[in-house]
Amino acid sequence: MFRNQYDTDVTTWSPAGRLFQVEYAMEAVKQGAAAVGLRSTSHVVLATVNKAASDLSSHQRKVFKIDDHIGVAIAGLTADGRVLSRYLRNECINHSFVYESPLPVSRLVVRLADKAQVCTQRSWKRPYGVGLLVAGLDETGAHLYYNCPSGNYFEYQAFAIGSRSQAAKTFMERRFEAFNGYSRDELIKDALFAIKETLQGEKLTSSICTVAVVGIGEPFHMLDQKIIQEVIDSIEIKEDDAAAATAAADQAPMQEEDKSSEAAPMDI
Amino acid sequence: MEGADYCVIAADTRLSVGYSIYTRDYSKICKLADKCVMASSGFQGDLKALQKNLAAKHLIYQHQHNKQMSCPAMAQLLSNTLYYKRFFPYYTFNILGGLDSDEKGCVFTYDAVGSYERVGYSAHGTGAGLIIPVLDNQLKSPSPLLLPAKDAVTPLSEMEAVDLVKDVFASATERDIYTGDKVEILVINASGIRQELMELRKD
Repeated sequence: MFRNQYDTDVTTWSPAGRLFQVEYAMEAVKQGAAAVGLRSTSHVVLATVNKAASDLSSHQRKVFKIDDHIGVAIAGLTADGRVLSRYLRNECINHSFVYESPLPVSRLVVRLADKAQVCTQRSWKRPYGVGLLVAGLDETGAHLYYNCPSGNYFEYQAFAIGSRSQAAKTFMERRFEAFNGYSRDELIKDALFAIKETLQGEKLTSSICTVAVVGIGEPFHMLDQKIIQEVIDSIEIKEDDAAAATAAADQAPMQEEDKSSEAAPMDI
Repeated sequence: MEGADYCVIAADTRLSVGYSIYTRDYSKICKLADKCVMASSGFQGDLKALQKNLAAKHLIYQHQHNKQMSCPAMAQLLSNTLYYKRFFPYYTFNILGGLDSDEKGCVFTYDAVGSYERVGYSAHGTGAGLIIPVLDNQLKSPSPLLLPAKDAVTPLSEMEAVDLVKDVFASATERDIYTGDKVEILVINASGIRQELMELRKD
């Protein structure tokens, strides 16, 4: 995307019918650290990569609890994410106060999307530079939504946002059809697998990722580092076993070839 | 009433208007935080609204500070919330009980517009006039006018305190028409909140 004369203002259309400022805001989301979400019929899992700016600093918070039944993971300008989380929390509290029941997820994402849309149509505002994966449970079941800075929102079975998210999306595209039947633990495992894909070779440890779950009978909460590390270890043991199996399989045909070459001269 | 490491709070369960009883099974006690409980007498509609208000404010606090509100903090919040409606008050007479940050029992007593004080024990409602003199006699609370200030914490053990509360409610039930049916007693200590229901005279 190159600079052009139609991208100064969010209230300026380009001749091709594009609002460049909004598209630039979506670029900001693509630059953020990865976040993935997966959904089954009873649970939703969010996982994010938490890079610390340096060894001295603490990790950036990217997963926020909004209410007992809803949580969000963000990618992009985390400050914008924090502000939007505060807005979402207020909306949930106000709805609970008036109606004595939890705010349905679909209504929450609509309000968030409308709020984002306002920022695309005022000359004195800028679009929010953060994408949100909203995970929640309500009467109609488990839901995972993605809210764009453009004001659009979509429901997903599984999605990934942020840098190198395409690797996670490719991984999940191969497996998403089975997600509805997954158990809670299988969902967490696949979420960590997806995060691993975005790391492209870097070592996955529980200190650089955050995992959160919401499900039937389980309010939204972040998983303990120890539990995450156990799941990561079990993933790695499986991979090591698989690697060892393929290595052994490679060696076996080589041995057979030696034998057959020995046999060949004798045949002659 | 507050003890060294516990707090007892109790309210009857009769809801009445004039000479009629609306229900014999209405809880006037509300748990606001892990170690903080509020009981009120007065207009129950305002009490429900006040409880919801405080619960919402507590949720916001938890989101911002990542921890539960302490009892003294909740006490100040309740006072501010009541005074906010100084010119159209919540018609409730509240008592807040729980454990403070040092795990000691604490009791705060309020009027309808938010004036509050930390005390060793308190009572509100139609039966208060019958209950407070007995508590004064049994708990021998030092006068707040004494210097140096003496601790108002009662020397009673938790079991003795609960027995005293039961006796005191039974006595109030005898003479006050608005008190009766059941008394709900909550004991807050380090291991959590324990609830007990005791039957009272139904006339």
